[in-house]
Amino acid sequence: MSKPVLKISNVNKSFGGLQALRDINLEIERGKVHAIIGPNGAGKSTLLNVLVGLLEPDSGSVTFNGGINVIGKSPHEINQMGLARVFQTPEIFPDLSLLENVMIPAFSKRDGAFHFQLFRSLASETKITQEAKEVLASVGMEAKADETAGSLSRGDKRRLELAMCLIQHPDLLLLDEPTAGMARHDTNKTIELLKQIKEGGMTKIIIEHDMHVVFSLADTISVLSQGAIIASGIPDEIRGNPIVQEAYLGGVEL
Amino acid sequence: MMKRLMNIFKKQSDLTTILLFAAGVLTMPIWLDPIGANYPDLLQKFVIFGIFAVGYNILFGLTGYLSFGHAVFLGVGSYTAVWSFKLFTMNVLPAMLFATLISGLIAAAIGFVSMRRSGIYFSILTLAFAQMFYNLAYSVLIPITNGETGLQLRMHDIRIIDNYFSDPVPGLPSTEFFGMSMNGYSGFYFCAVVLILAFYVAMKIFRSPFGLKLKAIKSNQHRMRYIGSDTRPYLITAFIISGMFAGLAGALLAVTDPLAGAERMQWTASGEVILMTILGGVGTLFGPLIGVGVIKYLENIFSAINDAVLHNFFSFMPLWAENLLVAITAPFVGEGWHLTLGILFMVIIIFLPGGLMEGFQKIKTRYLTKSMKDSESTTKQE
Repeated sequence: MSKPVLKISNVNKSFGGLQALRDINLEIERGKVHAIIGPNGAGKSTLLNVLVGLLEPDSGSVTFNGGINVIGKSPHEINQMGLARVFQTPEIFPDLSLLENVMIPAFSKRDGAFHFQLFRSLASETKITQEAKEVLASVGMEAKADETAGSLSRGDKRRLELAMCLIQHPDLLLLDEPTAGMARHDTNKTIELLKQIKEGGMTKIIIEHDMHVVFSLADTISVLSQGAIIASGIPDEIRGNPIVQEAYLGGVEL
Repeated sequence: MMKRLMNIFKKQSDLTTILLFAAGVLTMPIWLDPIGANYPDLLQKFVIFGIFAVGYNILFGLTGYLSFGHAVFLGVGSYTAVWSFKLFTMNVLPAMLFATLISGLIAAAIGFVSMRRSGIYFSILTLAFAQMFYNLAYSVLIPITNGETGLQLRMHDIRIIDNYFSDPVPGLPSTEFFGMSMNGYSGFYFCAVVLILAFYVAMKIFRSPFGLKLKAIKSNQHRMRYIGSDTRPYLITAFIISGMFAGLAGALLAVTDPLAGAERMQWTASGEVILMTILGGVGTLFGPLIGVGVIKYLENIFSAINDAVLHNFFSFMPLWAENLLVAITAPFVGEGWHLTLGILFMVIIIFLPGGLMEGFQKIKTRYLTKSMKDSESTTKQE
């Protein structure tokens, strides 16, 4: 077995009296899509925020790419390590064009956290411009390259945000409910898109409510309930697991 | 044909932009003549405050951080320049260099602290710094600023470099650039060249990945952090650059009139540059310059119009109408020019939030699409 991209060991986090995460242990294998599911308030978002450096856990460790510590690092440092995140509500640059939206993460990746070079001309950045156009095309938005991102529909914003992460070729992509608030048609489009990326071999963690999305994309699934992982395994195992059905799926036949 | 013209408008290369700009600035004495603004003192003010506003726009226009204390750098630049005249030489070049550097250093200190906060708190912090400097200039810093009298040149100033090379001449020396006098039109042309250079720097920043990153910070700082950019050093850099532009403008104020006073650092002066930027168009290359033009024109020309001028202007009408119109318009000119400015400002904020540049843009697109349609229909007829 290859080394895991992300290793979460004994992570605990509580807010006041509420224990949001209890003793979480998780390993994400390279090239796999790992889904984290669970009812509302199970601690999914807390876990994600720990992973991206927004929250510091009370105890435990999170290491990335074979031992690099993640805890205590700021968001831009964690991104520079190779971890990109798609948010639950799309976070884009609404005042800029789609092309610029996709070029900026590419610059960030190339230039590092801070790069002082005032006089390089944007027009001479042909390589990144070309790359950004290709990535936009891969999410089916090349025709809108010059439009202002703020005017896009929610589904398009989500796709744009995905493109912004993809151009960085991250070692790990975090997707926080990538189809939340989307119409069925848009959801299917997004699933198709994510499947294509899956073939590219990018490691992903998906947090999702929609079982349809989870079961059509995930290689492995972990179920969170009341801050603890109650089951982990391939989709078929999860589907048949009685504890999971009890805790989350509510006995619904899948 | 029309399409090609549109492309030219769209994709102005750096070179054409700067050439057009240089031509526009250097011919100001000609095209400002008909509206009565062709005198050196005012022309100098146009270009000097142009530098101030162009620099301010790098901070406010690109990052969206509203500094309420940029007049500090204007003041620091003036004081530094006058000290350079007193201690070293009447040549303006060292004065401008020192002024830019020292205001850059002070901007680094103020920026480092103020950039810990954003939004209104950032504005308040910069305002606090500005007021602190303003009050210090009248108290603790009097040995440097000469308090309310202002810092002036004196006969017995040391002027190490000048006095080393030549014997002191009787009378107060005047500022010069390798023999070129800084009074009147030559002073204007000198400042105009500095403005063109400053504008070129600003344009390069606007059209660089660095500038794009600043725009991204303005648009969504949160996202910017999560795609791996440390936003703080970018913001501090923008703050320092705009502070240096302001320092350079302050130095030129001293170059054209070697006297520095603390009133230059008052918060109203910081407010003025904000007005100029918003009036012309925040975040556009030319907008702030147009704002400078409008405000300085109103301040200097409009404020000089009195009842006699108005009577003269309306003299073609019957006497009763003439008197009526003079009575109506009189509050808006002369000392009442602030009223005109206020109304203009309100109208622009309400109808053109993007400033006058937005208005020009609207006219341009309307005209171009109309003529596009016209040319299409004519080709169809053919």
